[in-house]
Amino acid sequence: MQEIEHHYDEMDIVCERPATLVDKRMHYCPGCGHGVAHRILMEAVGELGIQEQTIGVAPVGCSVFAYHYMDVDMQEAAHGRATAVATGIKRCWPDKYVFTYQGDGDLAAIGTGETVHTVNRGENILIVFINNAIYGMTGGQMAPTTLITQKTSTTPYGREVEVMGNPLKITELLAQLPGAFYVTRQAVNTPVNVRRAKKALLNGLKYQALKKGTSVVEIVSNCPTNWGLRPVEANKWLEENMLPYYPLGDMKVPSKEEIENA
Amino acid sequence: MGELRLMKGNEALAEAAIRAGMDAYFGYPITPQSEILEYLTREAQKRTQCTILQAESEIASINMVYGAAGAGKRVMTTSSSPGISLMQEGLSYIAGAELPCLLVNINRGGPGLGTIQPSQGDYFQSVKGGGHGDYRLIVLAPATVQEMADFVEVGWDLADKYRNPVLILSDGALGQMMEKVELREQRDRNAREIPSWSTIGKTADRKRNIITSLFIQSEEMEQVNLRLQEKYKLIEKNETRVQESNTEDADFIIVAYGLSARIGRKVMEMLREEGMKVGLIRPITLWPYPYEAISKAAEQVKGFLSLELNAGQMVEDVRLGVNGRCPVGHYGRMGGIIPSPEEVVAVVKDMYSKTNH
Repeated sequence: MQEIEHHYDEMDIVCERPATLVDKRMHYCPGCGHGVAHRILMEAVGELGIQEQTIGVAPVGCSVFAYHYMDVDMQEAAHGRATAVATGIKRCWPDKYVFTYQGDGDLAAIGTGETVHTVNRGENILIVFINNAIYGMTGGQMAPTTLITQKTSTTPYGREVEVMGNPLKITELLAQLPGAFYVTRQAVNTPVNVRRAKKALLNGLKYQALKKGTSVVEIVSNCPTNWGLRPVEANKWLEENMLPYYPLGDMKVPSKEEIENA
Repeated sequence: MGELRLMKGNEALAEAAIRAGMDAYFGYPITPQSEILEYLTREAQKRTQCTILQAESEIASINMVYGAAGAGKRVMTTSSSPGISLMQEGLSYIAGAELPCLLVNINRGGPGLGTIQPSQGDYFQSVKGGGHGDYRLIVLAPATVQEMADFVEVGWDLADKYRNPVLILSDGALGQMMEKVELREQRDRNAREIPSWSTIGKTADRKRNIITSLFIQSEEMEQVNLRLQEKYKLIEKNETRVQESNTEDADFIIVAYGLSARIGRKVMEMLREEGMKVGLIRPITLWPYPYEAISKAAEQVKGFLSLELNAGQMVEDVRLGVNGRCPVGHYGRMGGIIPSPEEVVAVVKDMYSKTNH
């Protein structure tokens, strides 16, 4: 592969790697949303000036190596247990900022119990939930959030409700829990959605200082490789198929009084 | 001299944990060890402002332990057999990530849901690796309420020294029985230094700390394993603990740990009164196992009996130590039945007569 070097004057730089992101080539597939989600999360950490107080928890799934890229102290959790690990950290260090970064299989299948109870206890952490409706790392199997009729390597004829039930809207479920302080669903398929998602991550991180409960930021993302689509087609498929079932927007937002009186 | 109290084994262990400067405890109720969680929720937080949390499951408990240990804290969980089974994946991760922590199993009868009565049926799981991969737990086996208390701090200190999980393997009888216990003074929680590898926020003067057991390149994974094995060898060399009684002149040895060792001691005394030269070897660490003490005794005695509350598990380690030099028998009861000294005396006499004549 030919390496192309670009030379710019410093004044030409309009966008660069945030200091909170490690200078390392990511292992994610071309067009994957993880790279963008990593970037905006770490931008948020940098802009809030909390890098020295932040501990992240990586899941099992494609983002298992998140700690290769995010320049904060991190722990790698067993599959599904990220929020339990985060609970252990946060209970011991209540003034630190703790986040988990989990995929749909990790958070909404094998880790459902930990997810629900962590939010129900109102642990003061941020849960970043990447929903791309498929298992990426293991090669494209059905996820709890796989859409009806969506083909995966374990639903080769399309997901059937009679066999596998409905796609799990776990974020809506979590929004019902009193322990949830801030719950929102965002996406990273367009520039405007990326900016909104970053705003949500900024909120989720800074709300921890209020110690009023759990923040959950779902990010609807893609998987060009396992969806069998080119990156641009994947983002189009996301918009046409995922967003009608997983509509974007806030599900639970703290009132002004809740924020001011905290 | 410390404070003297009459306490249940479970409560003595909980009290000792508070006094040893525990920072955090995560647990889930299960008989016969729920008193530990109850005692800690009642006593610990108000006295030392530590973290006590009833988790939603044993799986959550062990992963909370992982998080807290990775964040540099002195942390413990306790459970009983089925709950310990649920923790095995997490334990393997903890061993792989080399996190110091303390785990307590108040062993009950199995398999399956089994019984709530005492058992030593979890020996294999404890010392041979109940979870996946090549790892070891340091396993301490108390035989008295006093040791239930004392081994808490011993365990945490060993865990810190080797960055390795430590298991206290007790049983339902030791957990529930009351005995006199001498308690040490309260340790200052803040006196313990937070290890430099802890994930508590990356400061500008260092690289980020990462707690993981994932090493996906084979060459790197093998190096990690080799380093772990070196550590385990060091632990075997330095930390093997055993108590020997009347072994100097013995021509027959009972090997027993924990609750069984109390019965074994009584059996030994009864047989000594009848003029039989019986000795007792009590492994205090079940891993590392005191093979040397067994091997040395095998040079002079005519036989061994491994006395256990199971179908014959530790007997395999006794045989490894003896290495075929003399007969090794096993006697055990299961399902929560504790054998009487008299029935064991009969077993030893039978074996003794066959090995001596």
